[in-house]
Amino acid sequence: MARTIKVNYLARVEGEGALTIRFKGDKPSAVELRIFEPPRFFEAFLRGRAYLEVPDIVARICGICPVAYQMSACHAIEDALGIRTDGTLRALRRLLYCGEWIESHGLHVFMLHAPDFLGYEDAIAMAKDHREWVTRGLGIKKAGNAIVAALGGREIHPINVKVGGFYRVPTRTELSVLLPALETALGDAEMCLDWAAQFEFPAFERDYEYVALRHADEYPFCEGRIVSNKGLDIDLHAYEEHFAELQVPHSTALHSVVRGRSDYQCGPLARFNLNFDRLGERARDAAERVEFVPPCRNVYKSLLARMVEIIQAFDEAIRIIHGYAPPDAPAIAVTPRMATGHGCTEAPRGMLWHKYTLDETGLVEDARIVPPTSQNQKCIEQDLWQLAPTLAAMPHAAATRRAEQAVRNFDPCISCSTHFLRLAIERED
Amino acid sequence: MPTRKKKPKLAVFKFASCDGCQLSLLDCEDELLVLADAVRIASFAEASSRVLRGPYDISLVEGSITTPHDAERIREVRAQSRVLVTIGACATAGGVQALRNFRDVKEFARIVYARPEYIDTLATSTPIANHVKVDYELRGCPIDKRQLLAVLSALLSDRKPSIASHSVCVQCKLRGNVCVMVAHGTPCLGPVTHAGCGALCPTYHRGCYGCFGPAETTNTGGLEWALVAAGASHEDIARTYATFNAAAPPFRRAQEEQLVQIRPKEGRRG
Repeated sequence: MARTIKVNYLARVEGEGALTIRFKGDKPSAVELRIFEPPRFFEAFLRGRAYLEVPDIVARICGICPVAYQMSACHAIEDALGIRTDGTLRALRRLLYCGEWIESHGLHVFMLHAPDFLGYEDAIAMAKDHREWVTRGLGIKKAGNAIVAALGGREIHPINVKVGGFYRVPTRTELSVLLPALETALGDAEMCLDWAAQFEFPAFERDYEYVALRHADEYPFCEGRIVSNKGLDIDLHAYEEHFAELQVPHSTALHSVVRGRSDYQCGPLARFNLNFDRLGERARDAAERVEFVPPCRNVYKSLLARMVEIIQAFDEAIRIIHGYAPPDAPAIAVTPRMATGHGCTEAPRGMLWHKYTLDETGLVEDARIVPPTSQNQKCIEQDLWQLAPTLAAMPHAAATRRAEQAVRNFDPCISCSTHFLRLAIERED
Repeated sequence: MPTRKKKPKLAVFKFASCDGCQLSLLDCEDELLVLADAVRIASFAEASSRVLRGPYDISLVEGSITTPHDAERIREVRAQSRVLVTIGACATAGGVQALRNFRDVKEFARIVYARPEYIDTLATSTPIANHVKVDYELRGCPIDKRQLLAVLSALLSDRKPSIASHSVCVQCKLRGNVCVMVAHGTPCLGPVTHAGCGALCPTYHRGCYGCFGPAETTNTGGLEWALVAAGASHEDIARTYATFNAAAPPFRRAQEEQLVQIRPKEGRRG
């Protein structure tokens, strides 16, 4: 019997995508994650723009993770201009990123993904039976947003991020007033991890290549080498030598592969597996308490990795705020020059790589951006190929829900993924 | 008091956008569950798998029209909507995507895609109001969630929403900010930019970059000398107008006024 699982408009993901799995008998014959979000040409828009405008423009790639775009852009441009933010400015950037991880992960865990595990069509329906958990989730998300708003000016498309630092640094009071809410939300997050650990996780494992940044002594945000569990360990400048992007007809986003191998996974579960030893005590203890430890090859448990990262981000945010004293200047002075720079940071959904070439006045000559969702796209399709035989044995409606849940494991940000890079068609040997 | 009246249906639709404006609704953490009690969320793909059929009492529309398919889809949305509210710079002015309007989109597709023939896109990014009748507009890149809540609560209580159309300068004064342009010589689009953000950029010691688009009455010619006095070149000013509301007519005109002053110089050089 020929049958097709088809979702014409994926819900509870950011952006516009569709899913088709075709079967011949019990065997899948085609799996397509179709991204039909209109193409958004950001790399072309960036040409001719001044380097100071870049953080504001790239933020508009994604309303959910604008900070990630701003951070990767700043680091890449600072790399080109030969400067490094250190000390307090670096700590403030980590703090801002903590806020974004919390709000983005909080949105995904409580509003987009948990309803799959508990059998609801959305968090609002879920709140009728589980109001206290949805309320805690909203509280967690709000606390993350409060950090971004205090430091960045507003939650979506923050205005305070500048190449070299910030336009204005906060006073001690502007940050310390956040502490009570952060302490409460941290406690709530620990409870929520215990709660989520009891979800029924479908038995599904795959031997993934996990790719993430790894830093000498921190859980990765803005810096580190690009590593994988299959032996990759490279400087971010060598990214293009080791990764390739392929265009496929059914998607306005590009597929990424590790050269010479195949699909890979980036994002919270990759970071967790590769950097468990870099977690703070509080997050590590919480994970061990619910027996969530690496290696974890069940991608449905990415939800738990997000919860652990929420705990990590709260813990780190509180530590940064306690140790904060305003620096002398809000930003390092910058002089434009002709150069190329690279930046790679860990967006909530995974590694986000940027490269810019500037002219001698600081105008962008060329930009290249590789967002996490296009990196994960092929990995999502591979998951669905492997899941397909299980789906074939399920009733149609349940199979469709399970397939959508599998896509949501990656928290795909489809809007993000459709503004890609310039690429060459690569032949994989 | 319990009411027997059927709750109004709220729908959220997305066109070309970053999802940020509809996210503003989910960022109303304190009000979300209360709002969900007051309406039936009939269609909101980012947040729910549930899709109820139209017609809808209130439709929020995010994003601009950039594909032939979306130009059709917005007509269907309009036909199903009693009140249609556009949210954000993309929906009200074409957004950052409207930068393509002044360039060769085929060239853009070649820059970004190895196989541009797979890509179906229009040469322009246009606001929703160019395609269908719009009842209310909320400005901003992104919108301000307090303004969104104000509009929704007005519509839900059958009041006409009232959104201030003055400039960012007024909000700066209300906030007690020192003027960044007068005091620090920082170029600022505040005098010609629509209010709504709460004068955020000047509060953070930087000049406004116009993300809420043009205010109701603008004097961009009058602002020019102040920007030049603050050290901005005509190129700088032109670029600043050409960002998130580049195709909004007053900003488009202001950009062209600057470009005219640059071109003769280029001619001399050539």
